Amino acid sequence: MEMPLLDVRDLTVEFATRRGTVQAVKRVNLSIGKGETLGVVGESGSGKSVTSYAVMRILDRAGRIAEGAVSFSGIALRELPEREMQDLRGREISMIFQNPRAALNPIRSVGRQIADVLLQHGQATRANARAKAIEALTQVRIARPEERYDAYPFELSGGMCQRVVIALALACRPRLLIADEPTTGLDVTTQKVVMELVTELTRERGMSTLLITHDLGLAAAYCDRVAVMEKGVVVEQAEAAAIFRAPAHPYTRRLMRATPRPGAGLRDLLPQEAPRPADPPPDPRQGEALLEVAGLVKEYSRGGGLLGRLAGRAAPAPFRAVDGLSFTVRRGESLGLVGESGCGKSTTSMMVMRLLDPTAGSIRLKGQEISGIPARGFASSPLRSRIQMVFQDPTDSLNPRLTAARAIADPILRMGTARGAALRARVEELAGLVGLPRPLLDRFPHQLSGGQKARVGIARAIALDPELVILDEPTAALDVSVQAVVLNLLQDLKLRLGMSYLFVSHDLHVVRLLCDRVIVMRQGRVVEEGPVEQVLEAPRADYTRELLAAIPHPPV
Amino acid sequence: MDAPLPLTAEAEPRPSAAIALLRHARYVISGNVVTAASFVLFFLLLLCAAFGPWLAPYDPLASDTMAALQPPSAAHWLGTDHLGRDILSRIVVATRLDMGIAISSVALVFVLGGLAGVAAGYFGGWTDRIVGRLADTIMAFPLFVLAMGIVAALGNTVTNIVIATAIVNFPLYARIARAEAAVRRDAGYVQAARLTGNGEMRVLLGTILPNILPIMAVQMSLTMGYAILNAAGLSFIGLGVKPPTPEWGIMVAEGASFIVSGEWWVALFPGLALMLAVFCFNLLGDGLRDIVDPQRRT
Amino acid sequence: MLRTIASRLGTALPSLAGVVVVTFLLTRVLPGDPAAYFAGPVASPEAIAQIRAELGLDQPLLAQFARYLGDLARGDLGVSLTTGQPVLADIAARLPASIELTLLGLLLAVCTAVPLGVLAALRQGSWIDHLCRLVTTAGVSLPVFFTGLLAVYVFYFLLGWSPAPLGRLDSFMSEPARVTGFFLVDSALAGDGETFRAALAQLLLPAITLAVFALAPLARITRASMLAALSADFVRTARASGLNGRTVVLRYAFRNAMLPVLTTLGMVFSFLLGANVLVEKVFAWPGIGSYAVEALIASDFAPVQGFVLIMAILYILLNLFIDLLYGLVDPRMKEG
Repeated sequence: MEMPLLDVRDLTVEFATRRGTVQAVKRVNLSIGKGETLGVVGESGSGKSVTSYAVMRILDRAGRIAEGAVSFSGIALRELPEREMQDLRGREISMIFQNPRAALNPIRSVGRQIADVLLQHGQATRANARAKAIEALTQVRIARPEERYDAYPFELSGGMCQRVVIALALACRPRLLIADEPTTGLDVTTQKVVMELVTELTRERGMSTLLITHDLGLAAAYCDRVAVMEKGVVVEQAEAAAIFRAPAHPYTRRLMRATPRPGAGLRDLLPQEAPRPADPPPDPRQGEALLEVAGLVKEYSRGGGLLGRLAGRAAPAPFRAVDGLSFTVRRGESLGLVGESGCGKSTTSMMVMRLLDPTAGSIRLKGQEISGIPARGFASSPLRSRIQMVFQDPTDSLNPRLTAARAIADPILRMGTARGAALRARVEELAGLVGLPRPLLDRFPHQLSGGQKARVGIARAIALDPELVILDEPTAALDVSVQAVVLNLLQDLKLRLGMSYLFVSHDLHVVRLLCDRVIVMRQGRVVEEGPVEQVLEAPRADYTRELLAAIPHPPV
Repeated sequence: MDAPLPLTAEAEPRPSAAIALLRHARYVISGNVVTAASFVLFFLLLLCAAFGPWLAPYDPLASDTMAALQPPSAAHWLGTDHLGRDILSRIVVATRLDMGIAISSVALVFVLGGLAGVAAGYFGGWTDRIVGRLADTIMAFPLFVLAMGIVAALGNTVTNIVIATAIVNFPLYARIARAEAAVRRDAGYVQAARLTGNGEMRVLLGTILPNILPIMAVQMSLTMGYAILNAAGLSFIGLGVKPPTPEWGIMVAEGASFIVSGEWWVALFPGLALMLAVFCFNLLGDGLRDIVDPQRRT
Repeated sequence: MLRTIASRLGTALPSLAGVVVVTFLLTRVLPGDPAAYFAGPVASPEAIAQIRAELGLDQPLLAQFARYLGDLARGDLGVSLTTGQPVLADIAARLPASIELTLLGLLLAVCTAVPLGVLAALRQGSWIDHLCRLVTTAGVSLPVFFTGLLAVYVFYFLLGWSPAPLGRLDSFMSEPARVTGFFLVDSALAGDGETFRAALAQLLLPAITLAVFALAPLARITRASMLAALSADFVRTARASGLNGRTVVLRYAFRNAMLPVLTTLGMVFSFLLGANVLVEKVFAWPGIGSYAVEALIASDFAPVQGFVLIMAILYILLNLFIDLLYGLVDPRMKEG
């Protein structure tokens, strides 16, 4: 067999923490051949990023390689003097990162940052550095590269910044590219463009790639081989096709099951051994309109500034975040609101929630017009308890000074009647409903895991038996296996308590699992609306098709 | 990290919040010698402030020209000043006045600046503009210079020193409270509090304020040192406290003329007292930050 | 660039207006009789009445304010009772002494604090980091007049390295020909090495006293922002693309870390202008600080008011300068 380009043997990485030494990576073996793409997949804390930092020897101060060997094209990297290692970085092995805007120096123009790297590795001279950097920008298909050379990161979009980071990484034509969650935080359509660009450029140059991701779909779509990591250990490593066809390790199987994909229902995401609750009979009131939104508009003024006004410039036209939106949520129904960042879906949910005042349009809850009640006064409306919300970030949405029990009790104390022992009993009942172990009720948020915090947030939202619950990307901050559990919990609760959901999400596949109907939004408007099967199987709008095509998923 | 939860978790009883905080305080103090030392120093200062006149070995105002300008000795541990007064006694008795000025000015600005800042950050709009303009105007002056001007205009009294110190500290408190309130205004848990039927006032006082208070308390301890220095500086240049009242700033000023002739103890010891007090409050502030920071509590 | 300067000037105007209003209010609205303030403590009732009429204090507040603005526009800050001179002339004569002292103090502080903070951040946990921590905690606790007195005792009385703390120049020497009013600059311009050395000897101790005072906050913020910059994502990118250590530290981390330091510099200058008053008193420095203190003790109000106003204007100008500098370093500021 041909010698692999990168060979990692028994790599162990330790971190010195307040509570002693922690092994983040344990005896990991990986190898990447020339021109091959290896995916390393795992949930948060699996040690996948740390592995790549150890290969590059850019671990932070607390971390160190405790054991093992890393060889790159025959060179032992672990023993290499720092000077030579530094020469290798960026020239032979380079790296692209999550959160591209933060990965670029905010006060240096992007072109000069590329030129810095070219000059460092002797790939350009002072005289031609600018031209070469512009060439690197051209190769990642940045329009008007001469102008962009002088742009600063804050002037570019996230996708554009990621292209600059790619240009930076590929400028010296390295042989290995390490991509650490390169598209996390980007919209799916941008993700697709970025990933295709990376694939094309690396293939063209015969480069090898190490793709680190939490997204099984992404790994399936772009990798030749895949290694699955769990808690610092590689549990399985095989050809991409094989691993998805016949996952051998139980963890891989669980991860595969939990990943939303075409053809799999909500219950299919749970581990096989989990009990399935019997679905109760449907609510007789089903079908009557619960929430009717018509012609909803939210405008934000683009302030021209006092100086601009003094100079006689006309104020720019206001920005329409939501532009004439109409929809209906029926009783017992789940409606999905899907779109990419900036499409106005969150603004819509805030207005329906009456946390934000609309510019125009009507919002009717159970036939009563509520858009006229100012957001500040809605707290005292009897309808307040009828409509509740589960927030995106479970950590941010819990008051750090309140225990879980107190957080769940909050709406009952304000708007309910139970007090004392009855209140405690109700809180415990709610905890039981959302599967939060009773001993955890007296903990503070920072003592709970992400999944537990999500359960507290859900218990608080259903404490007053609301009729409509808005779910604002409730699982976006969670790992897939936790996401699967939380989504199932939400579905159980809906059936049991007869609530309706307005589910706001960027992910069509997740929406499909929970919703009956779906609305696809773009730039504040409805692009397509229909039953979820129809929209996903036979989309009518080009934009929906584009969105669907952009979502990578593991082969079924 | 976050495996699906089994419904049977461990059943270890959790201590109540207050006990947990006390335990954490003990942990932080015992884990950090410097913080522990600052707490000891703090209690010493409180002791002197409360019982100064009874602790002092001599009458701080009794002059004895026969014993003027004596270096430290067994009779006068820290020596005597140009009028033969015992320096140790004067330092001990002065504690109450110095602490009194610092604590009352900081308490005043804590309430006024804190409330104004929280209201500005939470309500925005006109409230924000007025508070911001006020803070900016004060900040446009070098602070000690403004304090001089205020005392000069209001009249040369101790009360006015307190007021001037509070005014020059106002922007600091208002800005911190404003920033902390503004980030929390749209935080998830504040939105959640609105959804659960809390009115705006209740959200402000019940949800936002308790989350800001610890940060403000740390700030209070840190600026206490500055307030002491500010007040001592004013009395050093002859404002506020009148001789022969014992006060650290004035005592240093009185000793200043004897430094060039080598009688160092007259200025050194009150200066050291001043320094230790400021040092104590700065360390205390750092220690408090460790105690109140819920993220670092385990 | 010109537009940036114009817009920064625009933001400084409200501060200036605020300063003028406050200095006006300090005298007219606060309890007490302003005429009595301006007349001084030993004035007879007739003299006070005369001053009241002279200052227009019997007129409505707005008219008084208009008059105050008019006086300011003409550069009329009133007359000092102690020196008998116009306040503006007094201040103009003494201002260079204060500025020379403050600027040298600031320069010394920046030149020590920034390298100290950077090295402490680069070698976390080393002796230099501990030194930095010691300097920052001890520095903020030292009353500046106390540091000055200690310095005088050690360097003048015990060691005899420093001349007597009595003003800008030994009384046996003659002042250099006045060009800028800064003795160091003027003597250098005149090619007078002896005067230069003598002036420097007098200046050094008070300047170091000020520097010790300004050192702590500067070193603290430098260390903290340098640590933040070093752990930022873009530094990781720079390291991952093989840039050498010097480029990473200086061009990537250091330049970003300097932004918060610049902001803090304004705050530190505010402290320095205040500390300057105390240091001038300790070293009998003939600047505007000691002028104001003398006037304060004599209850001579016009010089105090003029002093507060001039100090505030100086401070606003400095902040303007820092803002412009910030705009040069940080491209993001050009938009806002």
